[in-house]
Amino acid sequence: MEGADEARPGFLVVAPGLWTTVQDLGRPGYQQYGVPPSGALDAYALEAANRLVGNPPQAAGLEVTLRGPVLRVEFDGLVACTGADLGFTIDGRPAMMWQAHRVRPGQVLAFSGRKAGCRAYLAASGGIAVPCVMGSRSTYVRAKLGGLNGRALANGDRVSVGSPSPGWRERAGLALPYQLRRFGLPQPVRAILGPQDWMFTSLAIRRLFGAAYRVSPRSDRMGYRLEGPRLAHRDGADIVSEGIAPGSIQVPADGRPIVLLADRQTTGGYAKIATVISADLDFLAQAAPGDRVTFRKIDVPGAHRVRRERQELLEEVARFTGTAGLPSA
Amino acid sequence: MTMAPAAEAPKETGDELRVVPAGDEAILVEFGRRISRDLFRRVRGLADELSGPARPAWVREVVPAYGSVLVYYDPDRVAFAAATEQLRSLAEEAAARELPPARPVEVPVRYGGVDGPDLEWVARRTGLSPAEVVELHSRPVYVVYMLGFLPGFCYLGDLPPEIAVERLPTPRLALPAGAVAIGGQQTGIYSLDNSPGGWRWIGRTRLRLWDPRRDPPALLAAGDEVRFIPE
Repeated sequence: MEGADEARPGFLVVAPGLWTTVQDLGRPGYQQYGVPPSGALDAYALEAANRLVGNPPQAAGLEVTLRGPVLRVEFDGLVACTGADLGFTIDGRPAMMWQAHRVRPGQVLAFSGRKAGCRAYLAASGGIAVPCVMGSRSTYVRAKLGGLNGRALANGDRVSVGSPSPGWRERAGLALPYQLRRFGLPQPVRAILGPQDWMFTSLAIRRLFGAAYRVSPRSDRMGYRLEGPRLAHRDGADIVSEGIAPGSIQVPADGRPIVLLADRQTTGGYAKIATVISADLDFLAQAAPGDRVTFRKIDVPGAHRVRRERQELLEEVARFTGTAGLPSA
Repeated sequence: MTMAPAAEAPKETGDELRVVPAGDEAILVEFGRRISRDLFRRVRGLADELSGPARPAWVREVVPAYGSVLVYYDPDRVAFAAATEQLRSLAEEAAARELPPARPVEVPVRYGGVDGPDLEWVARRTGLSPAEVVELHSRPVYVVYMLGFLPGFCYLGDLPPEIAVERLPTPRLALPAGAVAIGGQQTGIYSLDNSPGGWRWIGRTRLRLWDPRRDPPALLAAGDEVRFIPE
C-alpha cells in the first residue's frame, strides 16, 4: 500500500495518553457509502505542524487529546507540536510549540499537563506512515478504518514515519511567528442558520445566539454535546434522515444541542438549528469539556470571507516555511 | 444579496423544493419530507447528474438520502448564490432525467434462530407465524434509499406494513456484520461486526456488505433494488 514502502521506525509508544490517533486532512468522497470524512479536528494546527517539519499539508500526524502520550523517538529527524498547549516536553524539558525540533533516537517526547486547549498535533518529518485506506491515513475507530490498525495508540505500539523532504536538517529551530499561530477559542463561534431552523421556536433561536453553553464531558470526535439552555422545537425533533454537514448543530427531542464533527454519522434524523462555519471548527475543536462556548449568527458570504482569511493565513504559513511548492492533495 | 433562509415554516402539504445552506461548504437540496419512491426518483436524478461526467466542477461530494441530496461544494470555485441557483435548476429537471436501470441485487438470508433471534418476537408481536414474517419480509423488491449510520449500512424500503414493528427499547451493543433487521417502516442490513443497533434482528446474510479494500467498498449503493432470498 501507498506509504508502506518508505516506512521506517518512528516512535515507540511508552504511554498512549488519553486518546491519541493518527489523522490527516481526512477521507472525503465516501460519505454516500456511510463513511465520515474523519481527519484532524483542528486542521489548521495539523497543517502548520506538517509544514514546519517540511511535510506536505496532507501528511498524517498524531492528534493528541487532553492528556498526551509518552513517545520514544526511534528516528533522526524533526518533530513539531501545534494546537493545544498540553505541556509538550523533549527529554523532560519544556519544548516550544509551533516550532521544528531536531530529534534523535532515544529521545523522549512527553506532555506534562494541559494548560490550554484540547487537542495538540504532533508532526514528524516524513509524516506518520500508516497504510493509506480509501485515500487517507485518518483513523476512524468506529469502523476500525485507517490509522494504526484502525484504533487509538496503545502501549508498546511502534509508529513508523516516512522519508523526510530534502534539506530537512536546515529546518531545525524554525518557529512560526505568533500571528501565524492560530489558537484559542474566539468568543463566539460563528454559525449559519439551518437547514431546519424553521422547526425551532423563535426563543430557541434567540437562546442559541444569546446564551452560553458548556462542552459536556460526553464529547468526542463524533460530536460535542453542549450543556446549557434547552432549544425547543415547534413540533417535534424528527426529520426524514438526510446528509449531515460538519458543524451541524443537531437538537434531539430533549432540546440539548450536539455539534457534529469529523467522525459524525454521515446521515441522521434530527433537526439541525444551525451549522458552525468551516473556519471556526478548528477553534471549536480546542474547547475542552467544561469550556464555555457561545454562538453568533453569520450569513454564507460572511462565512466565505472568514474562510478565505483562514486560507490566506495557511498560504502565509506555507511561504514562511518554504513548503508552498510541495504537492498538496 | 444572499441570505440565510427565512425562519418561517415551509408549506406542510405537498413537496416544495428547498435549496438551503448547510454551513458554508454544503447546500441541502430537499425535494420533500416524506419517504416515497417518487421523491426518491428525483433524488436519484439529481445525485446521478452531480456524480456524472457533466457535473459542475465545484461539486465535491454528494450524499443522497430519502428526499434530499446534500451537496458539498468548493467555495473557491463558485459563489453560494450561483451554486444555489444552478442546483435549483438541476433539481427542477431531476424528475425528467433518464435514469440508468436500477441494479438488482439478490441477498441470501438465513432467517431466525441464532441468525435472527428477534424473529419469534416479531411473529408474536404481529400475530403471524415466523414463516409468514419471513414470507412477507422476502416478498417485496426493496429500494436502497440511503447508506449511512455506519460504513455500508443500508436503509431499505418499503417494508410491508404487516411487519412494521417498534424498535428495541434499549439498543443492542453488538450486532454482527450481515444482520438483517427491521425498524419502523424500514429494513436494513448491518455492515460491520459489533455494530450497535436498535432494530429487530430477524436474519443474517453471508454477503459481505463492507470491505474497505474493495472499490467501492460498499456492496450496495443508493438506488439499488434488493430482494431477500430465504435460504
